[in-house]
Amino acid sequence: MKLKINGREYEIVSGPGTTLLDVLRYELRLTGTKEGCGTGSCGSCTVLVDGKAINSCLVIVGEVEGKEITTIEGLSRQGKLHPLQQAFINEGAVQCGFCTPGILLTAKAFLDSNSHPTESQIRQAIAGNLCRCTGYDKIVRAIMSVADS
Amino acid sequence: MAKYSVVGKRIPRIDALSKVTGTAIYSGDVTLPDMLYGKVCRSPHAHAIIRRLDVTKARSLEGVMAVITASDVPGYKNRSPLLLVEMPHLAQEKVVYAAQPVAVVAATSIEIAEKAVGLIEVEYEELPPVLDVLESMKPETPPIYPDLYTNFIARPPTDKDSKPSNIAYHISVNRGDLEAGFREADLIIENTFRTQPIHHGYLEPFAAVAKADVNGKVTIWTQTQGVFTARQMIAEFLGLPPTQVKLVPVEIGGAFGGKSYLPLAPLCALLAMKTGRPVRMEMSRDEVLRDGRPAPGSVTTIKIGVTKKGYITAASATFIYDAGGFPEMSHTMFVRGNTFSQYKIPNIKIEAFDVLTNTVPVTYYRAPSTPQSHFAIESQMDLISRALGMDPLQFRIQNSTAEGDTTPSGEILPKVGFKETLERMAEYLRQKGSLQGENRGRGVACGFWHGAAGSFGAYVNVNIDGTVTLVIGVTDVSGSRTSIAQIVAEEFGIPMEAVSIVVGDTDTAPWSSPSVGSQTIYSLSHAVYRACQDAKDQLRRLASPRLGVPASEIEFANGQAIFKGDTQKSIPLAALGRSSLGFRGEGPIVGRGSIAGLPPAPSVAVHAVDVEVDKETGKVKVLSYAVAQDVGLAINPMSIEGQIQGAVTQGIGWALMEGYVFDRGKVQNTTFLDYRMPTATDVPMIDTMLVEVGSTTGIYGLRHVGEPPMVGTLAAVANAIHSATGVRLKTLPMTPEAILKGIKKQGKS
Ligand code: FES
Ligand code: FES
Repeated sequence: MKLKINGREYEIVSGPGTTLLDVLRYELRLTGTKEGCGTGSCGSCTVLVDGKAINSCLVIVGEVEGKEITTIEGLSRQGKLHPLQQAFINEGAVQCGFCTPGILLTAKAFLDSNSHPTESQIRQAIAGNLCRCTGYDKIVRAIMSVADS
Repeated sequence: MAKYSVVGKRIPRIDALSKVTGTAIYSGDVTLPDMLYGKVCRSPHAHAIIRRLDVTKARSLEGVMAVITASDVPGYKNRSPLLLVEMPHLAQEKVVYAAQPVAVVAATSIEIAEKAVGLIEVEYEELPPVLDVLESMKPETPPIYPDLYTNFIARPPTDKDSKPSNIAYHISVNRGDLEAGFREADLIIENTFRTQPIHHGYLEPFAAVAKADVNGKVTIWTQTQGVFTARQMIAEFLGLPPTQVKLVPVEIGGAFGGKSYLPLAPLCALLAMKTGRPVRMEMSRDEVLRDGRPAPGSVTTIKIGVTKKGYITAASATFIYDAGGFPEMSHTMFVRGNTFSQYKIPNIKIEAFDVLTNTVPVTYYRAPSTPQSHFAIESQMDLISRALGMDPLQFRIQNSTAEGDTTPSGEILPKVGFKETLERMAEYLRQKGSLQGENRGRGVACGFWHGAAGSFGAYVNVNIDGTVTLVIGVTDVSGSRTSIAQIVAEEFGIPMEAVSIVVGDTDTAPWSSPSVGSQTIYSLSHAVYRACQDAKDQLRRLASPRLGVPASEIEFANGQAIFKGDTQKSIPLAALGRSSLGFRGEGPIVGRGSIAGLPPAPSVAVHAVDVEVDKETGKVKVLSYAVAQDVGLAINPMSIEGQIQGAVTQGIGWALMEGYVFDRGKVQNTTFLDYRMPTATDVPMIDTMLVEVGSTTGIYGLRHVGEPPMVGTLAAVANAIHSATGVRLKTLPMTPEAILKGIKKQGKS
C-alpha cells in the first residue's frame, strides 16, 4: 500500500488495519506526531487528511490511502516556518511541546476554514486538543495573532 | 536604563523551534536497531497474597526473550521491602494495590509481549483492601505491612511504636499556648475539608529505552526530572555501581512532579541486561492512570480563632494524606514548612499523617501537600472574613507575616513580599471594580510555597569564536534552559544566540539535584553564575596584559572584554578564546561553579477568580482569573506567565472536575474521556502580575516560581462559588451535581 505524506509517496508494509499513528511513528519514524492517549481524547496525534484535522490514533491506514496526509514534519515548507509555528515560538505557546504538533495542525485546518475567528471560536476549535502546561492562554493568543495578520 | 540587558526579557524558549517542527526527541521517539518490546503484567487485585507465580508458558512462547519477576531482580537480594531507597518495582509475595507490576516480559514485538503477559499464571489470595484513610489509621485495622512502624522514614522504630501501623509518617508542631490563644478569640470556626486524589495529567505517557553494552554498562533514555537520582535508583535495582548506569536526557512531555519516579526504566534496563538487546517500554494512557502515581487525597480538620478586629489568635489543624500502597513519598514532611507560614499565628498546633491504603501509591505534584492544605486554610480564612464582615484581602494583609517573623516550623522568615503581593491584588481588584451580575461571585485566596534548594554544578566553556557553551545536568521541565541561557548571556555581555546549553548525560554533566520543588532555576543559577565568574576571571587575566589595564578593571559587554575607564580599550571574546589555545596559549577557558545548601526564598501567589454558576445545572463558568505572585525577579516574564497560567488551569481542573473513581481500590476512569481535564473552553485568559520583591539569597533576587501559583487555586474557586451561590463546598471536586445539591439544600433550610 502507498501513502502520500507531506507531498511524498511512501510504500507501507504494515497491514491496512494498522492505525495511521502507528504507521507514522513506528514504521516511518515520523515521530513528530505524538500519542497521548490512543483513544481519540487528547488530540496530540492530530494530522491533516486532505486538509482536515483528524486523530491519527483513530484512523486505520486503509482509510487514508490516496489522500493527502500532512504531519508536523510537513508544516514548514523549504525550511520556512508556517506563520503559526513562528507565532507559537514568539508568544511562548510552547512549553513541554508534547501537545504542540497536534494543536498546530488543528489550528492550521481551522484557520484555513475560518480566517477571522473570535477568541471563543478558537477555544472551541482546539477543545479536542489537551494541553496540560500552558493553560491555553498563550496558545489562543498565538492563533489569534496569526488570524489577525 | 534597564539594569540588565538579557535578564528580564521576554525571550522565546530555545527549545521551541524543535518542538514546533516535531523534531524534538522524547523517550518514546528513541529507536535502536534490533530492539525488543517490554510489557508489564499487573495485579488485578488491590490487596492480595501471591500464592503462585508461574511464567513458564510465557517464557516458552516464540519471540519471548525474557520474563522477569521480583526474584530475578539483583537489587532485591539484600533488600527489605521497606528499605525506602526506591520503590519496589515488582511485587514480592504480596500486592498492595491494583495494577501493581508482578512480572515483565521482553519480546520481539509488542503483540507477542502482550500475548506473553496473558500467559503468565498468578494465583492470588485476596485480602480485604483498606480503602479509607480514617479507617486505615485505627489501631485495630490490620497493617498492610507487618513491619512498618510509624516514622520508619525518619528513624528506626522505638519501643513506643512496638505495634506496626498504617500511619507511615506523623509529625506534630506546637508553638505557643493553644488553649490560651483560643480563649482570647472572639470567634472560632472549625471545619473539615476533603480533597480527592488527582493525576498530574502530563500528556506524555511514560516510556523508556535501554541497552546494555558488552562491558555491562547500561544506557537508558527516559523522561525524568532528575537524571542523577534516576541513575541511583536504577543502579540499586540492577545491583550495579551507579557509574555503570548512564542516563541520557530527552525532552519531557510534562512532569509537574510526576516524573521523578520511574515506573518503566529500571524494568527496561534489567530486560536489556538479561537479553543483551535494546528494549523499549511504553505505557498506555490506561496504565498511566492506573499506575501513574497521583497526588494524594486528603482530609483536613482545621480550627481558627480570631478577635473581633480580625487578628488570628490561634489555629490548630490535622492534615491526613492518603499515601496509597507505598510509604515512600511522604507528604507530611512538607506540611511543617508550608502551612500557616504566610500568617502571624501566635499559638498553633499542627498534626499531619501519611496513611497507607490499598490504592495506587502517590507521588509529588506541584507543591506537594500544599494545594490540599491551602484548600482548607484559605477556605477557612474566607469563612472567617465573611463572619467578621471584613474584606478577605484586607483580613489577610492584616495578618500577613513579614521578614523576621517566625513560621510554625520555627524558621525566621527572610525578606519576603507577602504583603506587597496581597496589596498588589487588592489594587488590581479596586481598579477592576466589583463584579456585577446574577449568580456571579468573586473568590480570593493566597498560596504559600516555601521552596527547595538542591545541589547543582555547571561548566562553562568560552569557545574560539567567542560563543559560550554551558554544560549542566538538569533536565528542563519549566523552560529552565532558556532562563539559564539568559543569565549566561547577561554575565558575558553576549547575545542569546551566542550561548548554547548542553544538558549532558550522567557521564558528562556535573552532578545535579532533580528538577523539583521549584528549585531548578533558583539554585542552578547560582552554580551557573559562579561558573561564569570563574571563566570571566580567566578572560580578565588573558585580556589584562593585552589591554595594559588591571584585570579587576575589565568588564564584559557586546562580546568584548572592555576597560572600565576607557571603552576604546577592548578585545573581542573570540580573540581571547582563540589566544587561550595552541602552542603558547594558557589552555582552554573553562569555568566551573557549584552550589549546595542555599536557603530557600519563600513566595506567595495571590489569586482572584470571578465565576458564574448556572443554578439550573450547577455548572461553573470561570469568567476571569488573575494571579499576583512574588517572583523576586522575573528572568523571563513570558516563561513565568506560562508557568502561572498552566498551574492555575491545573488547579481549576482539580477544583471542578478531576478525580479518580475507585471501585474496591481499582481505578475505574482510565481514559481522558472519563478522567476529564480542562480544555481551552473551560478556562479564560489568565491575568498575571509579577511582583518583584527580590530575595536576599537568589542571584538577581530570584525566588521559586513554578509551584506557588498552584497552591491557592482550589480555595479561590471554592470561595468564588460561595460568593455566587451562598453554598460552601468543603469537598472536591466541586462538580455540578455537588453544587446543585448544595443549592437545593440551601433552598430547604
Ligand atoms: S493519541 Fe490520538 S487523540 Fe490522544
Ligand atoms: S505544552 Fe505541554 S502539553 Fe501543551
